[in-house]
Amino acid sequence: MGNLIDLIRSDARYEDSLKACMNCGICTAICPAAEFYDYDPRRICDTVQRGDEEQVEKLLREDTIWYCGQCMSCKPRCPRGNVPGAVINILRKVSQEMGYYKESRMGRQQVALMAGIGNNILEIGYCVHPDKVRPEMHPEQGPAWEWYIKNIKEVAPKFGANYHGKGAGALREICPETMEELRNIFKVTGGMDFHDAILNGGKDD
Amino acid sequence: MANRYWNEYQKNIADDHYYYERSCIRQTFFPGSETAFLKMMQDELGKDIFDDFRLHTCTGIGYHTDVVPLETTMTVVARIFSLMKERGYENLVPSCITSFGVFTEMCHMWQEHPELLEQTRENLYKACKREFDMPKNIAHPSDLIFKYRFELAEKMKYRLVNRFTGKPLNVVEHIGCHYAKLFPDKGVGKAEFPYVLAGMIEAWGGHVVDYPERRHCCGFGFRQYLVQENRGYSVSNTKKKLESMEPYEPDFIVSNCPGCSMFLDRWQYTIAEMEHKTYDREGYGIPVLTYEEMAGLLLGYDPWELGLQIHQVQSERLLDKIGIPYDPKQKYNSASGKILRAPEKPENLLV
Ligand code: SF4
Ligand code: SF4
Repeated sequence: MGNLIDLIRSDARYEDSLKACMNCGICTAICPAAEFYDYDPRRICDTVQRGDEEQVEKLLREDTIWYCGQCMSCKPRCPRGNVPGAVINILRKVSQEMGYYKESRMGRQQVALMAGIGNNILEIGYCVHPDKVRPEMHPEQGPAWEWYIKNIKEVAPKFGANYHGKGAGALREICPETMEELRNIFKVTGGMDFHDAILNGGKDD
Repeated sequence: MANRYWNEYQKNIADDHYYYERSCIRQTFFPGSETAFLKMMQDELGKDIFDDFRLHTCTGIGYHTDVVPLETTMTVVARIFSLMKERGYENLVPSCITSFGVFTEMCHMWQEHPELLEQTRENLYKACKREFDMPKNIAHPSDLIFKYRFELAEKMKYRLVNRFTGKPLNVVEHIGCHYAKLFPDKGVGKAEFPYVLAGMIEAWGGHVVDYPERRHCCGFGFRQYLVQENRGYSVSNTKKKLESMEPYEPDFIVSNCPGCSMFLDRWQYTIAEMEHKTYDREGYGIPVLTYEEMAGLLLGYDPWELGLQIHQVQSERLLDKIGIPYDPKQKYNSASGKILRAPEKPENLLV
């Protein structure tokens, strides 16, 4: 086995995600991404299952693996109990570790996602927070959202929220001790190195 | 016989003593829903549920956008379990459907791969000097409302009935994909016969609309929404659902996932503005409620304290149908009663 195939198969999720694909295509039939993009989870499972190093490397350098929407609709439908959406997580991990994600337009979006979601987690302890859903970046949120964001300090308490407050409640400021523990977890488990590598790697493009 | 089979579609939901974990998305878009849920559990049902200030994101959105590695998410989840243990609780109630899926997935992996559990214990100790146990029970708040739907019904002032026609309201329910598609056994009705919201609707007098795209994803798609240029994916999936439900003339949509609730609301506005199309007859769109908002309204909670004014599709016409009173003058007031300037009106969507 080649290096990439070994990396993919050594992921703890692999065993549960790809047992024996019979190429029936049910996952593709149910897949919302396959309806929208030129994307076919059946083919991806087949490529990974065949274990052809060259083909897998090609896959990791292409847009395809970045099309999945992670809905996991494929999981309960697969007659073989495979999870194409989780195979995708493994492929994306390896693509990022190898630096191949930089070679596709969709892959390079990881830099923006790390600068957004990744930084939110490390800076404020939330994946998503009203301060980060700025109306000018989110026209689809509409004028009601714009109104809420403009008046959030005065309006949030009406909903029982504790916006930037101390103690418990919705939208509270996460306390410094908690933030420190959260960041320590990222340091100990490789999440911080991964964060830095994607953000620094992105600068070369 | 039918009952015996149906038993297989039920899940175990703890009776009391819950540790609540707030959702990034629900706090952002529906903070009033979390407040209402705690009020229902504590004041209406007399349950013990703990809201811990030391919690933080589960990292679920980072995990599914592939910017947070598995080992990191596992250890973050372990910290949440450790806080729960420290507070003396064993039953976890995560507000977010993504978190519910993440917690369930991590526990499943630890059960299947004890070496990962060991590794996580070591990581957590190294990072935080903490220890943890897996929860005895993980239930989504919608599971709890479902479990106690008849007790809540006794306290409700209103029913899901059109007071002008006397007929049950037509309700579309949407279950977040990660509630039962990841681990079907963990959802009421599994992935095939979603019943957690349908059970509430039926118990409270409404009619559940069964339509072709009922189980289709709302289209969040994680990176397919979070990256601006990919958002066509997200709106297309919601559009597919709206087109499929339109002929059944739903009075409202209810969802147990905060992301789905937001997308089903906002994409209606977007489609109205882009294509001059709404999926109701009059041009107002189909109101979308969270299950906490649905229950809260029927219990008589104030619509403006629940936060219905920060949805883009407005719900006054639905409130009128049910017979729920509201004060239009209070709608855009601040918490202290100050009158604020109302939001701009959309160009096409009526509000
Ligand atoms: S549904 Fe399962 S067996 Fe069929 S093609 Fe997809 S992964 Fe393979
Ligand atoms: S998880 Fe990905 S591959 Fe599976 S159905 Fe959803 S979009 Fe398709």
